[in-house]
Amino acid sequence: MESALLVEKTILVVAVFAITLVIAMYSTLVERKVAGFMQARFGPDRAGPFGILQPLCDGGKFFFKEEIIPAGAHKFLFIIGPAVAMFTACISSAVIPWGQELTIGDRVITLQVADINVGVLYIFGVVALGVYGIMIGGWASNNKYSLMGAVRAASQSISYEIGMGLSLIALLMVTGTLSLREIVAQQEGFVNWNIWVQPIGFLIFLVCAFAECNRVPFDLAECETELIGGYNVEYSSMKLAFYMFAEYINMFVSSSLMAALYFGGYNFPFMYDLGLSQNWITIIGVLVFFAKILAFIFFFMWIRWTIPRFRYDQLMRLGWKILIPLAVANIVLTGIITIVKDTYF
Amino acid sequence: MEGKEIMQSLSNRKKVLEQKPMNFWERMYLPAIARGLGITIRHFFKPKATYKYPEVQRPYSKNFRGQHSLKRDEEGRERCTACGLCALSCPAEAITMISAERKKGEEHLYREEKYAAVYEINMLRCIFCGLCEEACPKEAIFLDGSHVPPEQLRKDFIYGKDKLVEPRFEYKKEHETTA
Repeated sequence: MESALLVEKTILVVAVFAITLVIAMYSTLVERKVAGFMQARFGPDRAGPFGILQPLCDGGKFFFKEEIIPAGAHKFLFIIGPAVAMFTACISSAVIPWGQELTIGDRVITLQVADINVGVLYIFGVVALGVYGIMIGGWASNNKYSLMGAVRAASQSISYEIGMGLSLIALLMVTGTLSLREIVAQQEGFVNWNIWVQPIGFLIFLVCAFAECNRVPFDLAECETELIGGYNVEYSSMKLAFYMFAEYINMFVSSSLMAALYFGGYNFPFMYDLGLSQNWITIIGVLVFFAKILAFIFFFMWIRWTIPRFRYDQLMRLGWKILIPLAVANIVLTGIITIVKDTYF
Repeated sequence: MEGKEIMQSLSNRKKVLEQKPMNFWERMYLPAIARGLGITIRHFFKPKATYKYPEVQRPYSKNFRGQHSLKRDEEGRERCTACGLCALSCPAEAITMISAERKKGEEHLYREEKYAAVYEINMLRCIFCGLCEEACPKEAIFLDGSHVPPEQLRKDFIYGKDKLVEPRFEYKKEHETTA
């Protein structure tokens, strides 16, 4: 039985890892496509039909690029930086519940790598680690621009983690659990989605997710006009690709988090009214979950090609003077509403 | 006082831009973002301006000035008389030629008594202004080709008569069939 569990989890881990990488890979293509379509052009469409081979070409090209480690760089940290960024980006998908149970024979398989009861905390820990990759890389490059980028990334992600955490506290007051599996399971159907009870919380979480992923309009860590590329200036070849890849994986993970925490995860309307068997509900649920994730990824890109970058002081002002007070107010409001509901209804 | 009078609007279309402090709705920034998102998503579904080049070629404009061609007259004789006006008019000094006298028995080749034995245009110098076309008294040169193709060597951009003179069409056959 134990070995079966091991095999089952291994398959799941490999599948999740592969899907994450493929989605991150194709996000690069989709990003360029979206950018093109919003700017009255087509984007890359030469490699294969609709350019679907473009990510493979890009990846192949990265492998053959010259590997440059600057003379003044701290060699060990320079190499470990992108590895940390990639590693932390990948492990955060471990606690996300991709679907309900699949029953094969007499074995019930849970479509989640690890159902730990502090899933939300785990995600937070990993996300906080994510900035280390950028910081180590930026510092080890021994370049003032990359150091500036790293410093910016660090202070930005620390500032926005507070807002994110506070917005999640309000959510946890509603759900009463830290386990992601239970949070998703509570949002059965359509009307139980957390977005309906925590709209302000979701908004804060969304803005903070953009900041945590270093995405436009908060991509000050890699601001080309000021920092000629930011923390990854000195990087080339696959190390640079790892940084960029880590960004897309982060985007995927935070999209799946938002879908799971606020938009019902694998739940979809009328899921138990259609008279389907449990396995079918699970499979459709997984597809629905991925549809939601992809919609969020599209939203990330949509925002990127719409909004210009914030100035650094504006970024800090938004984080500290607007989002955090708003998040605190949201907590108080949630508390009051919960008490009123409990006592009078 | 005088300065103020100068600042007066003569067209009556002058608008004084008032810069009011933003109200709460504007400072919230989100409505503006939503409007921006609306604009970009509209562009997302709009037809694209790109021509997918090798498959779809964009038609040239009617007055497009491309590669030169030296014309023949209706009997297939070269029109150019090597007067040198095109070279003279050329602001880029791209045209050069060596003239020669038409010999007996060459009347079917050259229209005038003098013709260009060598006629060269340096396509790297040419700015495609069309002044040679305007200067020509014999209607012998027109910039009616497509663009000049790329080459590996600079010397290959110097086009001689082999590339410039338009191909001889079989006027005789046509003439015979109509007669």
